[in-house]
Amino acid sequence: MTAFDISINAAIALLGVFALLILASGVAFGLGKRHPDRDYTELRQRIRTWWVIVILFALAIALPPIFAICLLGFVSFLAFKEYITLIPTRRADHRVLFWAYLTIPAQYYWAADGWYGMFIIFIPVYAFLLLPARMVLIGETEGFIRAAGTLHWGLMTTVFSLSHMAYLLALPASGNPAAGGDGLLLYLLLLTQLNDVAQYVWGKTFGRHKVVPKVSPKKTVEGLAGGILTTALVGFLAGPYLTPLTPIEAVIAGLLIGCAGFIGDISVSAVKRDLGIKDSGNILPGHGGILDRVDSLTFTAPLFFHFVYYLHY
Amino acid sequence: MNRLLRLLFWILIGRPLVLVVLGLNVRNLKGLPRQGPAIVVANHNSHLDTFVLMSLFPLRLLHRLRPVAAADYFLRNRAIAWFTLNIVNMIPIERVRAGKRAADPLQDCAKALAAGEILLVYPEGTRGETEALAKFKGGVARLKEQYPDVPVVPVYMQGLSRALPKGEYTLVPVVVDVFVGEPVVWSGNRQAFTQALQDSVTTLAAAAPSRTWR
Repeated sequence: MTAFDISINAAIALLGVFALLILASGVAFGLGKRHPDRDYTELRQRIRTWWVIVILFALAIALPPIFAICLLGFVSFLAFKEYITLIPTRRADHRVLFWAYLTIPAQYYWAADGWYGMFIIFIPVYAFLLLPARMVLIGETEGFIRAAGTLHWGLMTTVFSLSHMAYLLALPASGNPAAGGDGLLLYLLLLTQLNDVAQYVWGKTFGRHKVVPKVSPKKTVEGLAGGILTTALVGFLAGPYLTPLTPIEAVIAGLLIGCAGFIGDISVSAVKRDLGIKDSGNILPGHGGILDRVDSLTFTAPLFFHFVYYLHY
Repeated sequence: MNRLLRLLFWILIGRPLVLVVLGLNVRNLKGLPRQGPAIVVANHNSHLDTFVLMSLFPLRLLHRLRPVAAADYFLRNRAIAWFTLNIVNMIPIERVRAGKRAADPLQDCAKALAAGEILLVYPEGTRGETEALAKFKGGVARLKEQYPDVPVVPVYMQGLSRALPKGEYTLVPVVVDVFVGEPVVWSGNRQAFTQALQDSVTTLAAAAPSRTWR
């Protein structure tokens, strides 16, 4: 096992994820057999895409941290690219956008290097000031606030927020004797994605009262509450094995991820509605674009990171 | 040797650039010709247009793809000429006819069609400044008249004028939307055919998602 770099608990959690996937594939197969008249293509595509994501991610986690950090940086790149593709940009800002892309390798380098001070201010301070500086030097004033604002919002969500996942891997191992950085990242991803699924399933089963009909008409109070409670329960159960959190803290982390995941999800929905589109892309069959998959993480990643960081590092 | 270099270039650089750095969202990919001879016409905003078009075809057709491009521009120095002739496998075409007695500028295109190759043509004749479509030139109609059985398939690409616009040297990754249309049929005369071609690309463009604020 020397080529691999993963704690026993994290490895068990990964096996658990694979077991869930096998279960999901089995259920989809059973549904197809029981209702041959119904079309389950999207469900099947969705699960197949999950297999690809989980296998890629499991490999990256099992190897030294730099692999997972590169993979996460690539996810940021894909998400930011989708965002830039969707929003209207100004012809004059071509070079500004080029510089904006360069913040991605820089931000993930700070994470890999464990340079916390730089990591935490690079995009909120330096990119925030320097990109509009480049913009204003080009001299196009029409649409300036809109261009600077949309660009920064994109960088904050797809690069800064998501890069907190990478920094979890750079935290000192002594802070989490149970499972190290891998454990924290797995815990965050497991809870965030499970929360998405749980909110969907609870909503489908018991959903009656709409939460935010203007943004996302399918989201219901019942789905939201059921999802958050499910996530808190799983957070409580998995906490001792994957994180340094005490039982109470683990429940709070679960509630935090449940609520934040919901807001992240509907924020990206609001962006898409504002632009008049349905999916952010087509790179993930059955899901849509990368943004559609990481929407919840743009909120849960930084909030979970700082929750753990404040309490245990 | 050139075939090997060409294959290596497209596998290692050309396609990764288009598929990973940029990314494609293709509608009606099956509408593209799966064998030559054929003509694919597209709008033209960026040098990357040819990279995208060539990435839409399976690798087995790589050596049959012949982008048609301006001789005065692409043969202006030896390095660029070597690259475009050998790696891109371009057919250079004279945009200004040298004189009455000069050879027909479309001669090489006709030869390529006769050899079963697939021509990639930008009937606008140049990269436009914006995403607006310039008036199509009549070369494709002349070829179609000569080879009535060769399908002419329209394609509209959106996004490349943002990724690498005319006059810029920095590449900004953007997902490219590609719309493949139905073959345009011969309508009796050259002018009407050119117009039908232009209309078909315009129709594809209208289906493209709008990238402006509502």
